[in-house]
Amino acid sequence: MKPDRTPALLGTVLAAVVLGGLALPQWTLFILTIAFAQGLVVLGLMLLQRAGLVSFGQALYYCIGAYTAGGLGRAFGTGDLFVQMLAGAAAAALVALMLGFLLARYRGIFFGLLSLALSMIFYGLIVKSEALGSTDGMNLVKTTLFGVRPDAAWVRYAMAVAAACLALGAAFLTHRYLKTPLGRLGPAIKDNEIRVEYMGASVRYAIHVNYVIAATLAGAGGALAATSVGHIDPEMAYWTTSGEFVFIAILSGAGSVVAPFFGALVFGAIHTVAYDVSPNTWQMSMGAALLLAIVFLPDGLWSLFVRRRPG
Amino acid sequence: MSQIGPVLVDGIIYSAWLFIAAVGLTLVYGVMKILNVTHGSFYALGAYAGASLTGAWLARGFPPMLSYAVLLGGALLVTLVFAPAIERGLLRFMYAKDEVVILLVTYALFLILEDTIKLIWGVNPYFVAEPYALLGSFEVGGLRYPTYNLILVGLALALSAGLAWVLHSTRVGKLLLAVIHDPEMSRALGVNVDRFYLVTFTLGSLLAAIGGSFTAPTVSVVPGLGVDVIVLSFAVVVIGGLGSLPGAALGAVIVGLVRSVSVHYLPQVELFVIYSVMALVLAFRPRGLFGLAEPRRI
Repeated sequence: MKPDRTPALLGTVLAAVVLGGLALPQWTLFILTIAFAQGLVVLGLMLLQRAGLVSFGQALYYCIGAYTAGGLGRAFGTGDLFVQMLAGAAAAALVALMLGFLLARYRGIFFGLLSLALSMIFYGLIVKSEALGSTDGMNLVKTTLFGVRPDAAWVRYAMAVAAACLALGAAFLTHRYLKTPLGRLGPAIKDNEIRVEYMGASVRYAIHVNYVIAATLAGAGGALAATSVGHIDPEMAYWTTSGEFVFIAILSGAGSVVAPFFGALVFGAIHTVAYDVSPNTWQMSMGAALLLAIVFLPDGLWSLFVRRRPG
Repeated sequence: MSQIGPVLVDGIIYSAWLFIAAVGLTLVYGVMKILNVTHGSFYALGAYAGASLTGAWLARGFPPMLSYAVLLGGALLVTLVFAPAIERGLLRFMYAKDEVVILLVTYALFLILEDTIKLIWGVNPYFVAEPYALLGSFEVGGLRYPTYNLILVGLALALSAGLAWVLHSTRVGKLLLAVIHDPEMSRALGVNVDRFYLVTFTLGSLLAAIGGSFTAPTVSVVPGLGVDVIVLSFAVVVIGGLGSLPGAALGAVIVGLVRSVSVHYLPQVELFVIYSVMALVLAFRPRGLFGLAEPRRI
């Protein structure tokens, strides 16, 4: 059996962020932090993708995480990154646990459409609720780490490192989960659901668990994004946000738990460069990149790094 | 309940608009099994073409009554420029792929078209209110409505009657039903399935563009116009049943009335109720109210 290189890879990435971050300018650290937030969401989408499901409503949990972080600041005045991410993840998990009973019965385009409808319901709710700032959203209190506000010169670095620790930690746990019998069911469900049922496993249960994990990751990602941007608004639940996540998932591929973070970073890089070069046509570059990925890299960017064995 | 009149009138007008904006989506899905995100782009393209051409038409002092024909012509023009190119140049190579992957391809095209629109028309808003104001107004229950809205209702009725007639009473329509039921068998029997796909995609896009161009006089045409329409037409079409024409009509009427009731009585929940209806329908009848079971294949 091949040795499992993923934990070492995750450790290398973390070390690279900790050391490389010292040399990087502030704005790249911000892009890096956002890439970790989006990577968390996409990691969840990858779990669903393995089981053949594509959610067009993952922005629902992203936004729940973000608004939980915002609400914590407003109610208790806390801006602690770890509290925010934990609470965001927990809130998202709770909602997903309930909605999962419904969604676990759906496949294909109907799973996508129902998750889209649910995220749009949430969007419709917060867009009209004045207590949450309606379309303007709200600002968050200043982020702290373990109750300490890092020095202004170091805050981006500290947040990038904290984000890397949490996101890569979540990736490691997800990696471990994928090695469990339940985690291994995903591709089997995609291949042949009936056969999985005959083996004695419950497809619906497995999908439900994957769905809740995916939502938990998205909630944590939403809280991280909210606190590093410092502002939240209902657009975070809109279908275009979900579309971006699916985009990154396709770009990354489902080859490894590191792939979503790599994909999110590439997405952020394309976005930044395209926006810098031509602010009015950056979407065109994004669309072209997505088309190229679908046509030439159907298994995502990660497939570039996997050595193909002959025959 | 003195409000019942205005609620109904608003509901009918909004239903008509929804039907025009969404029916092309169900047509394309029904025939090609593509959930077409570029539908919203064609809506926006139609709106821009309608607004800019009508503006130019009126600025030259041509008869304003003909501006309605210009709106229609604008929609036709942009559709003929973009739709066949997209179908022949890209989509036809994707038919073998999964439904969800094709959806993502159209999403990529939507991103590209969004910026194409900005490149052609710039980012400043367009206004052409003349066709809207030209026809005067009528009164229901103490509220005045622009008569222009009746054009939308008439257009929706004409489109639904026309589509039903083509589909059920013409040779082309019957061949199309055969293509919907089994493309491979139709191909084997000598039907030019590729041409049907091309025509269907163009027609579906044209309907979206008409929806956009006839909405243009009532709004200011700005970038991002089509983004809301996409998800709203998804809701309409899913409620009725993907691929069903009577379903699209029913979905439009349901969403139109629900929205009108909520706007009149409880405006805070407007978007919430529309998508709740969509979620409820998916929860209890996933194939929509008029959706048919998948025909069994061996």
